[in-house]
Amino acid sequence: MEKFTTLSAIAAPLPEANIDTDKIIPARFLKTTKRTGLGVHAFDSMRYRDDGSENPDFVLNREPYRKAEILITHENFGCGSSREHAPWALLDFGIRCVIAPSFADIFFNNSFKNGILPICLPREICDALIDDAQLGANSRITVDLARQVVIRPDGSKISFEIDPLRKHLLLEGLDDIGQTLKHENAIENFEVKRKKDEPWFPSVTLD
Amino acid sequence: MSSPRTLFDKIWASHIVDTLSDGTAILYIDRHLVHEVTSPQAFEGLRLAGRRLRHPDATIAVVDHNVPTSDRTKPIEEPESRNQIETLERNVKEFGVPYFPLLSANQGIVHVVGPEQGISLPGMTIVCGDSHTSTHGAMGSLAFGIGTSEVEHVMATQTILQKPGKNMRISVEGELNPGVTAKDVVLSIIGKIGTAGGTGHIIEFAGSAIRGLDMAGRMTVCNMAIEAGARAGLIAPDDTTFEYVRGRRFAPKNEDFDAAVAYWRTLPSDEGAVYDTEVTLRAEDIEPCLTWGTSPETVLPISGTIPDPASEPDEVRRIQLQRMLDYMDLKAGQKIAGTPVDVVFIGSCTNSRIEDLRAAASIAAGRKVASGVRAMVVPGSGLVKAQAEDEGLDQIFLDAGFEWREAGCSMCLGMNPDKLTSGQRCASTSNRNFEGRQGPGGRTHLLSPAMAAAAAVTGMLTDARELAA
Ligand code: SF4
Repeated sequence: MEKFTTLSAIAAPLPEANIDTDKIIPARFLKTTKRTGLGVHAFDSMRYRDDGSENPDFVLNREPYRKAEILITHENFGCGSSREHAPWALLDFGIRCVIAPSFADIFFNNSFKNGILPICLPREICDALIDDAQLGANSRITVDLARQVVIRPDGSKISFEIDPLRKHLLLEGLDDIGQTLKHENAIENFEVKRKKDEPWFPSVTLD
Repeated sequence: MSSPRTLFDKIWASHIVDTLSDGTAILYIDRHLVHEVTSPQAFEGLRLAGRRLRHPDATIAVVDHNVPTSDRTKPIEEPESRNQIETLERNVKEFGVPYFPLLSANQGIVHVVGPEQGISLPGMTIVCGDSHTSTHGAMGSLAFGIGTSEVEHVMATQTILQKPGKNMRISVEGELNPGVTAKDVVLSIIGKIGTAGGTGHIIEFAGSAIRGLDMAGRMTVCNMAIEAGARAGLIAPDDTTFEYVRGRRFAPKNEDFDAAVAYWRTLPSDEGAVYDTEVTLRAEDIEPCLTWGTSPETVLPISGTIPDPASEPDEVRRIQLQRMLDYMDLKAGQKIAGTPVDVVFIGSCTNSRIEDLRAAASIAAGRKVASGVRAMVVPGSGLVKAQAEDEGLDQIFLDAGFEWREAGCSMCLGMNPDKLTSGQRCASTSNRNFEGRQGPGGRTHLLSPAMAAAAAVTGMLTDARELAA
């Protein structure tokens, strides 16, 4: 996983609430067995017209937002499915950070696991950042994870909360499995105790 | 004396392996259900890291999302679907995972198969790379949908990393009116609390109306907990649960079963347990209902009229409502009943169990599907299909002009060839009405099996009670 330290980038404004996972990546693109290559289908129904051509009104089809690495949006982003294809599609498009007043739980979790930083900020602040983002190419927004601040184009700073463990893993680009396997003894102890306390506990074996 | 605990608190506490510095628990996972869509990248990850599956004997794999629901002896035409299915078959072989193949009678939708086989049991922690894993909470277990990274994490460690959720209790008290089903109950709940109402919470469904539901109904309710934004939904195990579990293939047998039941009886929430959030509904107030928009919270009783966005004070919300109306091609103030439908879909992990098919068949019996309507019935598993055929339900459906298909997710999400075409309106027993969910441009109304059958035979959204015998 790629480390996330400081990101200074173009932010795309997407002032809409409840952007669900089907909007982020429609189910018909989930047939892949790989993690990469989904970026061209990110926001498919908003990005393309029925004949397959680009919808010029959609923000990610406009310059400079084609190169956006930050997305600023409204409440409940990522609601719907647990599919990890949603963060994969965003990541493959180039998005590393999403700022919104709130996120759907599973999407929020999945983002961290793929090196995308979701930041919760109050609606008024998101709206102010959306105004910043509307200014386009010169209006870079900076996200400094170590110091937990978003820096607006005018230099003013907004601090945000993040779980310390998640912060650590993102900063180090660490994978969860390696981290958990450090507790392998505890897992084994649990399994031994389970055998003793619940001897009836069935296993799934096909003969 | 320890303080009173909820069902969730008990299952949670009994599965903690270790706790990290920030309070994240390493939570032991008892059952991992695997399907073809969210697993390939996880198996790939294991392979790349040289890791093995820690407990294949706590794992079961099925194919469901992509599978054709027509003749299966023919090769699968869609190359990408075929690729996902073949990839799963290679992976289960390589990693030694128990698997119900496409042509097995046990194949079906993962959330139908788990309880039906006795793989999902009370008190367990259950995960699957699919958001509707909450279904298994009906067994009195803690069941989460997880992402593919977590799928890989569970495969390698038999644990997930989680922070405890908040406790929410939704009580439905009283007795349901005749003709009101579990689907109407859960749609009413989502209509009331909204799609973000359960965020961060584990919802325990309680109250006399919930206790009165059979297991199929309980699964319908827990299935849609996720549409209310919850991390999981569950229902206290009781005699209804134990009778359901008894004798199932992977359930404990004989003295083991008795020992298990003795343990399961300790699980229900203690008297005086405290919930972070409580919501109560009166069962008598619930009518047969359905959704009108493209979010599961846009719920109306079948007697209702489409709301007017103009009366919505919040601008963002107003625009959203108008957009939904436009997408759904409906008008404010119009009565929802009487809206013509093109397609009827009876199936999905919400409503494809034998009880659901019986409810639909009781409306379809002796009637005909309205002309111009395509109506399909897709059983949740091969076993459900076989039982329905034993009971003669297939013949009732076929006589009425419904399609009788093979088990799978089918038109719930349109990953296989069963899709809506743009502009088609569908009465669907599934759980999501998002734009394009059942096919690009398709319009979905979520409702119960009885209401779906009623829509099929009348050709329009209809109160099923008018047709009930
Ligand atoms: S039936 Fe629908 S909701 Fe259920 S697992 Fe399949 S696709 Fe998901």
